[in-house]
Amino acid sequence: MLTLTLERGEIFGVVGQSGAGKSTLIRTINSLEQPDSGSVHVAGRDMTSLAGAELRQARHDIGMIFQHFNLLSSRTVRANVELSLEITGAGRSERRRRALEILELVGLQGKAAAYPAQLSGGQKQRVGIARALASNPTVLLSYEATSALDPETTRQILDLIRQLSKDLGLTVLLITHEMDVVKRICDSAAVMSEGRILEQGPVEKLLTTEKSLLGQALFPLGEIPETSGSVVEITFTGIPTDRPVIAQLARQHGLDVGILGAAVETIHGRQTGRTRLELPGDEGTVAAAVADLRSQGLFVEAIK
Amino acid sequence: MIDRNDPYFWADVLDTILKGAGETFYTVGVSLLLTIVFGLAVGVLLVTTEAGGLLAKPFGSRLLGIALNRVLDVLVNMGRSIPFIILMILLIPFTRLLVGSFIGPTAAIVPLTIAGVPFFARLVEIGIREVPTGLVEAAQSLGATRWTILTKVLVAEAVPALALGLSTTVVGLIGYSAMVGAVGGGGLGDVAFRYGYQRYSPEYMFGVVILLVLLVQLFQSLGNFAARRLSHR
Ligand SMILES: Nc1ncnc2c1ncn2[C@@H]1O[C@H](COP(=O)(O)OP(=O)(O)O)[C@@H](O)[C@H]1O
Ligand SMILES: [Mg+2]
Repeated sequence: MLTLTLERGEIFGVVGQSGAGKSTLIRTINSLEQPDSGSVHVAGRDMTSLAGAELRQARHDIGMIFQHFNLLSSRTVRANVELSLEITGAGRSERRRRALEILELVGLQGKAAAYPAQLSGGQKQRVGIARALASNPTVLLSYEATSALDPETTRQILDLIRQLSKDLGLTVLLITHEMDVVKRICDSAAVMSEGRILEQGPVEKLLTTEKSLLGQALFPLGEIPETSGSVVEITFTGIPTDRPVIAQLARQHGLDVGILGAAVETIHGRQTGRTRLELPGDEGTVAAAVADLRSQGLFVEAIK
Repeated sequence: MIDRNDPYFWADVLDTILKGAGETFYTVGVSLLLTIVFGLAVGVLLVTTEAGGLLAKPFGSRLLGIALNRVLDVLVNMGRSIPFIILMILLIPFTRLLVGSFIGPTAAIVPLTIAGVPFFARLVEIGIREVPTGLVEAAQSLGATRWTILTKVLVAEAVPALALGLSTTVVGLIGYSAMVGAVGGGGLGDVAFRYGYQRYSPEYMFGVVILLVLLVQLFQSLGNFAARRLSHR
């Protein structure tokens, strides 16, 4: 049982460990799988109530890309893209025109006559994207689409998806077990476990939410060590080079601040970091220090 | 009787063998066409009527899917397990009913087709099974009909395997046709039996054998070549 709502035009990532139910979730969106109960609405259509021609029609509006690309080995790149248009019933010359147009959009001009076996993984996924988008869908489902790609290619494909989402006004739902995907392109995210959504919301908001699982996953600081003092975590966006936060903290509050861990990640193109600090001192001093940090607009979470 | 001093002896050998070859081509050709049509259908149905398959629920009924799958599986196994020589004899009444006689090249088409269909169907089944299920899912996500998925994904992707299966089937049918020929089905088997065996003529016998070997070589090579050319994996 879960509820998930996507804004038009946003990129929404669902993360979770293996077995969490991510595949099941994404497959119900285009009715590759039927939920036992509940409903799925895409662009005003109740997918769960559709069958036959109506369902196929609705699927023209929902593109899907896959981990293993799922291209037809017997068809050239262009013919793979044209399959999508054969299915929607476009005429021969229109198919050709549109296929070449969309191949250019995904950066594969010149590869139209190649067979999938002759392409690299990244190129194959570009064909997958072109095929998914050829029929002008409003929604793109990304089913572990970068899980079989190396990190550099993953970044290129993610950037392409982001670009296409912006240019075409596409709403993207992606499932992944890679945190890097969320960092790089997701506007919003949900964390799943055992068939349930544990938390969801805009990524930046989750990062400044107490006890956020996504926050913890994005900034892996490890176990909290045994300490005598209090432990707090500070999250900041943009590296405050002009504000020596910790030095100031130590000086103004007379605290021997210990740094227990720190992680800096590029999230949505912005440097975002989280630092775990040990603050030795009595309760009052620590509370004053935390209040001071908060007054500087930093997100501070008291851990212990 | 054989008269090797007859000035027309070699011309006769050639004539007879060519006439036999013509009949063999006719019998094998027609049975092959029927085998392709029915074998393809049966092979595709064997795979797709399984649980979770594309035709798991034909006309919305899973029961029908299960029934179809079981019946075809049993029929195919029967066809494959009965030795051809017995199948041939078993089918005599049926053949007679169908074509009016069980002698001659046309009558030979019946047992050949009935042996060929299950043979080819199994090879089709193997070929279709090799098509990754992800491809079917991708086509479904594009909103394809079952017919489109069947033709443009399952069969289209299996074409190289089907070409190989087809050449193996042709070779099998040529072998069977010789057997039918020996019991009145005409063709090369008939020539080898009547001239080579009953009249002790090695000229006829070896003529037929050489031709058969050449034909088998030819079709196997054609199949291999086609499979290689058609595969882009
Ligand atoms: N919302 C749900 N309710 C009940 N069972 C679910 C739900 N989501 C997933 N499952 C079950 O959990 C198992 C794992 O789901 P899956 O989607 O494959 O997870 P993942 O892709 O995250 O590894 C499947 O057997 C699926 O049927
Ligand atoms: Mg999965």
